[in-house]
Amino acid sequence: MSILGTRVLRTEDPRFLTTGGVYTEDLTDEALDGACHVFFVRSPIAHARIGRVDLSAALAAPGVIAAFSGADLADLPAIEPMMAGMLNAKMTRRLLAIDKVRFVGDPVAVVVTEDPYQGEDAVELVDVDYDPLPAVVDFDDALSNETILFEDAGTNVVVEFGNAGSLKPELFDGCEVVVSHTFGNQRVAPAPMESRAAAAVWGEDGRLTTWIPNQGAQSARDDLAKMLDVEASQVRVITPDVGGAFGAKFGADPEHAVVAWVARQLGRPARWTETRFENLISMTHGRGQRHTIMIGGSRDGDVLGYRLEIIQDGGAYPRIGAVLPFLTIMMATGPYSIPNAEAIGTSVVTTTTPIGAYRGAGRPEATAALERALDLFAAEIGMDPADVRRRNLLPPFTEPHQTAFGALYDSGDYAAALDKALEAAGYADLRAEQASRRASGGTVQMGIGVSCYVEITGGGDESGAPQENATVEVHPDGTATILTGTSPHGQGHSTAWAMIASEELGIPVENFTVRWGDTDLIPVGGGTGGSRSLQQGGAAVQQASKELIELARERAAAALEASAADLQFDPGRSAFAVAGDPDASVRLADLAKDERLFVHSIFTAPGATFPFGTHVAVAEVDTETGKAVLRRVITVDDAGLVLNPLLAEGQRHGGIAQGAAQALLEEVVYDADGNPLTASFADYPIVSATELPSFELASMETPTSYNPLGVKGIGEAGTIGATPAVQSAIIDAVAHLGVRHVEMPTTPMRVWRALVEASAQGTDSESA
Amino acid sequence: MIPAPFDYVAAESAAHAIELLSQHGDDAKVLAGGHSLLPMMKLRLAAPEVLIDIARVADLAGISVDGDELVIGATTRHADLASSELVRADAPLLAHAASLVGDPQIRHRGTIGGSLAHADPAADLPMALVALGGSVELTSAGGTRLVAADDFFAGFFETALEPGELLTAVRVPRRPGVAWGYQKFVRRANDWAIVGAAAIDGRIALANMGSVPVRARAAEQALADGASAADAARLAADGTSPGEDIHADRAFRQHLARVLTRRALEHIS
Ligand SMILES: Cc1cc2nc3c(=O)[nH]c(=O)nc-3n(C[C@H](O)[C@H](O)[C@H](O)COP(=O)(O)OP(=O)(O)OC[C@H]3O[C@@H](n4cnc5c(N)ncnc54)[C@H](O)[C@@H]3O)c2cc1C
Repeated sequence: MSILGTRVLRTEDPRFLTTGGVYTEDLTDEALDGACHVFFVRSPIAHARIGRVDLSAALAAPGVIAAFSGADLADLPAIEPMMAGMLNAKMTRRLLAIDKVRFVGDPVAVVVTEDPYQGEDAVELVDVDYDPLPAVVDFDDALSNETILFEDAGTNVVVEFGNAGSLKPELFDGCEVVVSHTFGNQRVAPAPMESRAAAAVWGEDGRLTTWIPNQGAQSARDDLAKMLDVEASQVRVITPDVGGAFGAKFGADPEHAVVAWVARQLGRPARWTETRFENLISMTHGRGQRHTIMIGGSRDGDVLGYRLEIIQDGGAYPRIGAVLPFLTIMMATGPYSIPNAEAIGTSVVTTTTPIGAYRGAGRPEATAALERALDLFAAEIGMDPADVRRRNLLPPFTEPHQTAFGALYDSGDYAAALDKALEAAGYADLRAEQASRRASGGTVQMGIGVSCYVEITGGGDESGAPQENATVEVHPDGTATILTGTSPHGQGHSTAWAMIASEELGIPVENFTVRWGDTDLIPVGGGTGGSRSLQQGGAAVQQASKELIELARERAAAALEASAADLQFDPGRSAFAVAGDPDASVRLADLAKDERLFVHSIFTAPGATFPFGTHVAVAEVDTETGKAVLRRVITVDDAGLVLNPLLAEGQRHGGIAQGAAQALLEEVVYDADGNPLTASFADYPIVSATELPSFELASMETPTSYNPLGVKGIGEAGTIGATPAVQSAIIDAVAHLGVRHVEMPTTPMRVWRALVEASAQGTDSESA
Repeated sequence: MIPAPFDYVAAESAAHAIELLSQHGDDAKVLAGGHSLLPMMKLRLAAPEVLIDIARVADLAGISVDGDELVIGATTRHADLASSELVRADAPLLAHAASLVGDPQIRHRGTIGGSLAHADPAADLPMALVALGGSVELTSAGGTRLVAADDFFAGFFETALEPGELLTAVRVPRRPGVAWGYQKFVRRANDWAIVGAAAIDGRIALANMGSVPVRARAAEQALADGASAADAARLAADGTSPGEDIHADRAFRQHLARVLTRRALEHIS
């Protein structure tokens, strides 16, 4: 029986549950002996010119070895935004701010101390003169260009994807009903358990070795080399255990480069671990879009036109967030067949924390906008939201389907996912219960939200087709090692990659060691993000394993003095045998005795894959207090074939929790002066088990032909499907009272206010 | 998140703690459960030079009966309050309030004295004590004085505690079998109340409706005059001026105060 598709327990867990992980802060590598500790001085003001930076008092504080300000690093190049050809290249950043600070948390100086705790005392003694400038927090303030963050750029616009002039006025011609609305997809904090950290040391050979919690050592290496103005070959990045990342640990941040710079400057290893406060104000945030939608169609439910206009908050310095409208536009029409659709986007800078990738990055925003639009349309024509969706979904397809926005959907059966989810939810019964609760007029009402999605996973980077490499080596003692270019931080690659190779090589899962995240060992790799790992990294492991069997077959033929063609590999025994003569056999491990037995392989996919599904959420709303409680979440998440249901369910669970959290609870809030109001976990309400029901997961597996495993990505399905379903359920619970929309997060105050406004309007129209 | 440097002394008795307090004056702070003080120190909102730890002082802990009152030692943990047979029988509102504080870890560290002395208007135990009409014993080198809950809370994180005074015990009237109501409005299970309401015996206290736990006096008066729960509750926010934050503005807090008061009163009737 194949091991693929079975619930193999995570081989990672015994270590995590007994001795514990080794995170960057835990490292005891002797190369780090005698390390000094870096602590950042961060701007308390959103936008200001920097005057004098006086480090003298800090330098005199106990334990302080050195202190540096931006001027000390001025000979390092200004950092251009990624994809500088596309984004406004004038919006550059310094490792430590020199002329201006642009958000609360912008690093302006560092103090370096003997012991870690001394830094927090010493930074209070750094005296920086700030000459405040107006903050730019609001989208409209950013677009007005009244206050410009980067004077050289002359505008706050980072990039435009299409523009208003290109919109077609005739898009909604022939529609019986047209609805429009503007709403937010709010800024959230990735909030990993492990905050950012670094440890750095330079060798005699002038090479940097640095340990950074990241999602791909190779891209972290390249980012660091650029920031430090050295060759990539001079940098070795090692990835210790990583305590959560959610997109925000891709590449390297300026702080990581500063720690390396300090280590070089002082000729001494340097370490840094940020505080939770620093994490919440200066690790990249996610989302941060505003959507204006227009949707039109016939009274019997055909959607004929859809327009999406996006404003993306890029934060103070353009990072990947500024690029995300590109993906939101690409996925604008989701799983639906909409004859006329257009989408445009503009990214702006604001005096807030930079926006990066966060679980789903660009696709949750597309789904949220579209699903909200469909609900508004359904409400307007008085049709069941599930029926409107079914009527407009693309028919099932097995040959790739090209969308108007340039996406090539590999395979899909969207209506089947919808029907399966509705059946698992008991949709008709839920609607009946809702009707009776509405009729009884009780205080606590119930709502049902349905969201259909298709998303993109495993896309290539700028350089082309998606690729990943793997090395598989079998050792004489019967163990094996896998080197992968992916970079797990909770996903379970050690288990999954071992399963894939075990299937081919007949070596038990527990005999594998999976290694990643050391750029000297694995110089090339795409890391883990965009739900790419299994479909590319896993496929590379499978390919390398198969190729290893072929390499071993030649050796076996020599050993058994038989023709390679006559040999059969028996995974049950992990041995080759001559056909018809099972006694003439040789073990795979034995073929590694005289010469190392390994294969390095690169897997190239034809393109990205497009997982899909449907989420149904059931919520209760207290109509007096506005408080919403999530009662059920039922999901169908079709990500192709499932390698290990345990791992796939874990990905779905975590994603659903974070997706529900965006709808219910989480939001990074700034006041009008750009001060963060959610800079601790007392104010930033991460979701916990008490706010979540047990999730009900239905399974559906439509294979893709894009990789031999038949798999697509599952890491982000939860945030993409759950957020709109939960938001919709909450609105639906009070829809009969006249509420059409509530912004996310659907706080009690917002729900209450929507109820008050709806009731006032109801009274108005009655009296009119 | 590391506090500024400080010295630490473990008090051996209540008298020792009081002696240390008078010796160090304003530079010192009492450390009980540490679950309000230490976060403030880590955020550097507080930077005492000396911490006087009373958590292990035996004569400050324990729950006993004194006539028609319960006497609760200042370092009694929330978890002990919640599970005490005595408190559950004679002051169930207080036991219930304690059971809703934060999460189990917090309830096993935080103390009633610390919670009252910290005087967060959003907290559970201050509101409960005001509703119950309890009082606190404040002891200094000069002796012990008794201050009613209504007079103890002076403002945001401010109390009637004078420099050199230690909160040594809490007194609560015993009311076995008397119906009560308690409403805590939160978004997440372990959050502080956005608004709270506690009612017993014609008294109504509100959390997070001002700088101190306040009485809903107009509603109490209406009840005394024979109004229904629903009618009395409509007056619950009268005279309050709650603050605004990311969870609630003034109007929403006042609305919640009315709804929660009605629910607390309906629970009684
Ligand atoms: C995550 C979290 C969630 C929480 N949730 C809630 C909640 O839902 N509801 C709620 O009510 N509380 C909540 N709390 C606060 C908790 O109840 C604290 O334990 C309590 O407020 C303080 O008690 P403590 O013993 O820890 O006091 P400490 O932190 O030790 O001291 C607090 C203050 O009181 C002073 N003090 C302490 N004891 C005395 C004394 N005997 N005499 C004079 N002064 C004294 C100290 O000097 C200090 O100024 C929460 C705390 C945390 C960390």
